[in-house]
Amino acid sequence: MVEHLIACHGCDLVHALSDIPIGKTAYCSRCGSILYRPKRDSINRSLAFTLAGAILFFIANTCPFLGFKIGSKIRETTLASGIHQLYQQDMFIIASLVLFTVVLVPLLHILCMLYILIPLRFNRNPLYLANVFRLYLVLKPWGMLEIFMLGILVSAIKLVKMATIIPGTALYAFLALVFVLSAMTVTLDGHVVWKSIDRQ
Amino acid sequence: MEINRSSITANAATAREMGLVSCHRCHLLCKLYDQKSACPRCGTSLHSRKKESVARTWALVIAASIFYIPANILPVTYTTSLGTVQSDTIMSGVIYFIHSDSWPIALVIFVASIFVPLLKLVILITLLLSVQLRWISRAKDFTRLYRLTELVGRWSMLDIYVITVLVALVHFDALADIEAGMGALFFAMVVVITMFAAESFDPRLIWDNLQSTHEEKY
Repeated sequence: MVEHLIACHGCDLVHALSDIPIGKTAYCSRCGSILYRPKRDSINRSLAFTLAGAILFFIANTCPFLGFKIGSKIRETTLASGIHQLYQQDMFIIASLVLFTVVLVPLLHILCMLYILIPLRFNRNPLYLANVFRLYLVLKPWGMLEIFMLGILVSAIKLVKMATIIPGTALYAFLALVFVLSAMTVTLDGHVVWKSIDRQ
Repeated sequence: MEINRSSITANAATAREMGLVSCHRCHLLCKLYDQKSACPRCGTSLHSRKKESVARTWALVIAASIFYIPANILPVTYTTSLGTVQSDTIMSGVIYFIHSDSWPIALVIFVASIFVPLLKLVILITLLLSVQLRWISRAKDFTRLYRLTELVGRWSMLDIYVITVLVALVHFDALADIEAGMGALFFAMVVVITMFAAESFDPRLIWDNLQSTHEEKY
């Protein structure tokens, strides 16, 4: 009987949920927080976006993302060289923060999802499924690709008066990656992943 | 998005009143046998409410408020162009964009870097006071405010990324050079600390007061 009950994580009020149709959302009757929102074909869709994300992530981190031309001098930056520049200026904490939120967290997200979703797709549970999915959820608020994208836009506008900006391959890959990773998160139904642990 | 009433029924009691604990990670309702039990499904340690929520959140909010001051006074970037060095704070960056007629960008930076961190601190202090002083009449609004802080807090990282890109790209020795200042470090700390503060606050405490007041009445 306990399995059908769910406590709202906004106010702790217990609700009894039976099947919620796909596309609908169950809200808490007292505080209005979302109780549960089932997703259509969650594992397949999320896996598709994860695979696309893995390819885009590779391109975004290896190709130059912006070129900057002043006079006859051209400067090209990859993401890694930008972070390296901060390390050289003794901005260790900021450099680490950028490295963590823009490179490491999205990379770990993609790896966790691949590790979880590929076996689940074939109805198997990977080892340490609960631990890996917990890691994914803990890291979730720290992935800030979309904010980084807006940061690139703002700095491009700031620099456009100083010199010519040349958009690189990685910039387009980044733009696509932002949307693909959001789609990966949105299509994933966490409940389905937890349910598969019960199945064992 | 109204769903069929028959598929969702609200209980009159909270999980705690029923002697149950909702797992923070996977939301499984569990029976708490002793203080050290873990969720049988995902292994997260179980707490009915986040541990020391009010004290932890206060500590983080106070720390962030202190760091907010140097973050806004100290320069975030030093720009060298043709031998002259110009230092910029967050606010002077906003004013620069207003003067160069790109007010939408000025607005974006102002909102992300000055308004949102301040708003977040004010909201968290309001929520803490609401729990401690038992302001129960607006519980639903306070829950909404909490969801808002969770949602918008991360966007303050914008300025840190702008500085990163500027520092990485503009590096032409004496001709043009941008370096990051100490203000950027303090600002980054404000963003990170307020994110932890929002995470350590437990919105269920707002509603716990409501219940204990009912119990006193009847």
